[in-house]
Amino acid sequence: MTCGCLGRIPQDWCCRHERARGFQPRAFIGRSAVKRAFTVIPYIWLLALFLVPFLIVLKISFSDIAIAIPPYTPTLELSEGWQGVRNFFGGLDFENFVFLTSDDLYWKAYLSSLQIAVVSTLITLAVGLPIAYAMARARDDWRPALLMLVILPFWTSFLIRVYAWMGILSNEGLLNQFLIWSGFITEPLVILNTNVAVYIGIVYTYLPFMILPIYASLERMDPSYVEAAEDLGCSRLSAFWIVTLPLARPGVIAGCFLVFIPAVGEFVIPSLLGGSSTLMIGKVLWEEFFSNRDWPVASAVAIILLLILVIPIILFQRQEVASRETEG
Amino acid sequence: MRRFSGFNIVSLTLGIAFLYIPMVVLVVYSFNASRLVTVWAGFSTKWYGELLQNEAFLDAAWVTVKVGVFSSTLATVLGTMAAYALIRRGRFAGRTLFSGMIYAPLVMPEVITGLSLLLLFIAIGLDRGVLTIVLAHTTFSMCYVSVVVSSRLVSFDKSLEEAALDLGCTPFQAFRLVTLPIVAPAVMAGWLLAFTLSLDDLVIASFTAGPSATTLPIKVYSSVRLGVSPEINALSTIFIGLVTIGVLIASVVTKRSIAMRTADERVAGG
Repeated sequence: MTCGCLGRIPQDWCCRHERARGFQPRAFIGRSAVKRAFTVIPYIWLLALFLVPFLIVLKISFSDIAIAIPPYTPTLELSEGWQGVRNFFGGLDFENFVFLTSDDLYWKAYLSSLQIAVVSTLITLAVGLPIAYAMARARDDWRPALLMLVILPFWTSFLIRVYAWMGILSNEGLLNQFLIWSGFITEPLVILNTNVAVYIGIVYTYLPFMILPIYASLERMDPSYVEAAEDLGCSRLSAFWIVTLPLARPGVIAGCFLVFIPAVGEFVIPSLLGGSSTLMIGKVLWEEFFSNRDWPVASAVAIILLLILVIPIILFQRQEVASRETEG
Repeated sequence: MRRFSGFNIVSLTLGIAFLYIPMVVLVVYSFNASRLVTVWAGFSTKWYGELLQNEAFLDAAWVTVKVGVFSSTLATVLGTMAAYALIRRGRFAGRTLFSGMIYAPLVMPEVITGLSLLLLFIAIGLDRGVLTIVLAHTTFSMCYVSVVVSSRLVSFDKSLEEAALDLGCTPFQAFRLVTLPIVAPAVMAGWLLAFTLSLDDLVIASFTAGPSATTLPIKVYSSVRLGVSPEINALSTIFIGLVTIGVLIASVVTKRSIAMRTADERVAGG
């Protein structure tokens, strides 16, 4: 049940309805003091350490690089009064953004990040869906253990899990040793430092994010639906296609976003498993900042990356709200 | 009884194998006597010995634990407050911005969070070190804590708090005596999540750490970039071992507390 006062939020979150349900005025006043304190403290924290830093990035993305401390210009000189403020805004321009479009390194990096993210999301889906399905179909007493097995890698270090593949995929690595020993190949395959290794890394590290939401939506499904479809003459495959998959849809969509969004801005995986030809925007931003020390361009790269991610993030949020409403 | 087909068994086995083989390989090769990580030269624990004598790693580990404990504790307090405000306060001025700032860091690429915090610390002239990493980690992990805690707050009956107030509790007492015990498992889970996120973070720590403070992931990353090394395998094995023990303990504790709660509820209901 959603509430008209605040748009699309559940009705019992809305204070107007709360009051309509017979709220005690005395308690309301006392309670709101605690609630106000509980709002104000995290609010100020987030304003100071999330919103303000973000505005600084936005501002620096309009500045020019300078050999100074800090290495950009203009800086706001409040000591010069009104003239200082005017000089400050007069010095801001879109030059860095123009630069990003003129140098093909950047738009190629954006495109290749998106491409790598899309492909690896699809592979993760193809790998994760059968696993989630099998988990949801497993015996009731096995399921907690299976769930634990999928969640456990999530708690171990991300960096270590990426690192583990370096030893497996290298030219003298275990995979090549195994393939040569079994006679499939005679020359080692070059996998490490290519995009293939990046795909493997993303699929491996984000697999739990795909499995868990799909499992959550399949687990609620009544197995008698599939039985009914099969009794009515569906083959197992078409029952899966017609009955199971549409029911798993919210989980599939959530899982895809949970893999896609972080994969676009990924830094560790392309930097450890990818090669010099692997272009991903997270890596470009890192190098622009730490190697080239060009803060304005790094900030502009960050702003464009956010703009690219805004669309999938909004779609994801819509989906979440919609699925919450159908549940409630 | 539902059927469990061969296809399901195969996909489960392959899936679990895919998730675990890389970690098993790490653990096995951490006991390899050879420095060449790909050649097996017999069992040895010498890399653990070398790791324990490596001052730089030990210092970094200590910094990491300090940062993890401080930031996750701070994040738990702030995140729990934020969850309470979001779920229980209804409408207030700036609510949209507030919930936006809670959810945005969850989807923000780490490179951007790190960059923006670094630029802030430079702008206000704060020297980079343990303090700045703690501030950075608190900021993003409090959002995770608040999501975990608010999912528990949504599901429990608000009339319990109202009853406490009607029976003469001050609002803070009602929070401490009624709300907090009920959401305690979620708060604990939030703390653990924040602690793990902090231990694990490379990107944000790299931006906000200064020369005076290096965390373990930064140290690991800089040595791993040059290739696989047996000391890192040993370090990873220790880490995997600790996490496994921690998760097993946590699952036993939750199972027991769920059993106790259902027992309590049965008594209350009977």
